[in-house]
Amino acid sequence: MNSLPDRIHSVTSPYLRTLIVMPAFNEEASVAAVVREVHTKLPGISVLVVDDGSADDTTAVARAAGAMVATLPFNLGVGGAMRVGFRFALENGFDNVVQVDSDGQHDPSEVPALLAALQSADLVLGARFAGEGDYSVRGPRSWAMKVLAAILSRTSRTTLTDTTSGFKASGPRAVSLFAEHYPAEYLGDTIEALVIASRARLVITQVPVAMRPRAGGIPSHNPMKAAAYLARAALALVFALVRPSSTYRSGAEL
Amino acid sequence: MTPMSYIFGIVSAALILVVVIELLRRRHLRERHAIWWIIAGVLALVAGIFPVTLGWAAGLLGIEVPTNLVFFVSISILFLVGLQHSSELTQLESKTRTLAERVAILELRLRDAEQASSDKN
Repeated sequence: MNSLPDRIHSVTSPYLRTLIVMPAFNEEASVAAVVREVHTKLPGISVLVVDDGSADDTTAVARAAGAMVATLPFNLGVGGAMRVGFRFALENGFDNVVQVDSDGQHDPSEVPALLAALQSADLVLGARFAGEGDYSVRGPRSWAMKVLAAILSRTSRTTLTDTTSGFKASGPRAVSLFAEHYPAEYLGDTIEALVIASRARLVITQVPVAMRPRAGGIPSHNPMKAAAYLARAALALVFALVRPSSTYRSGAEL
Repeated sequence: MTPMSYIFGIVSAALILVVVIELLRRRHLRERHAIWWIIAGVLALVAGIFPVTLGWAAGLLGIEVPTNLVFFVSISILFLVGLQHSSELTQLESKTRTLAERVAILELRLRDAEQASSDKN
């Protein structure tokens, strides 16, 4: 898979066994810059961009920037894209997977901190804290996120303040679990993934990270939308908790 | 009940069964999907030929107007079929999703293999 110069380079890199996975849906404007930034800040690391059925040139642009690109034939959502990443990591001998957004929201220089925390945990969340970086959420949506954080902290037996973060690092146990069971439903990749990990007795922890503002799009403060978000989140959470544990059994049942 | 409505009931029920069996015979319908329609057709045929059985069953359940039993059973069967379809749709979606994921990974491997072999030449 790697050409010879690549291999020599990666032997000297501390990121040999780590795969950066970037789900990308119509991100041709930003994905190349993010891929290049990752390669600059984390020399020798492997980057897999999962083009989630984009209508634009995401695949070609990401490939030209030097990433491996897996192209989904149609849009599956972040959960489906990430499962491709986990499966790819498992089949190609990567121990760790770090999810990085392709819109430039996550700073690749935070990745070493996440990887360091993986030494003593199976799943590390990069938590956005108010005051660090420019990221903030107010109003009903923030209450919804706080309620979620409180419940998921109990489930996962640790303190989590930001459960909807997409900036996550998974260790070997999490990668093999998620390659099979990463949920593809709405909100599944954040809420249900944490429940699955907790129920499989994985150790979850969080690391504070600064978050950059998104390239485009404004977070919604509409109370109706916040209520709908909370309702869907609650539903996702309840079903994740009551699902029969046999559905989460890890192993080679491919 | 006029003889006309009696015959109409029987013919309707028989028609349902004929259509279902014909679809099964041509493999346009799988057994697991046909089962509810066969049950519905048989019940309709029995109630059509022997209307007494409908009155008897309604009396047994304490339903005063036997037609209400017909409505109840019809709606129940439609409900169960709808539910079965939703469940199978979910399973199909999940299989399609898994296939799409595998295709994406295989395409990537194929591309790499082709690249490697063209580099060699």
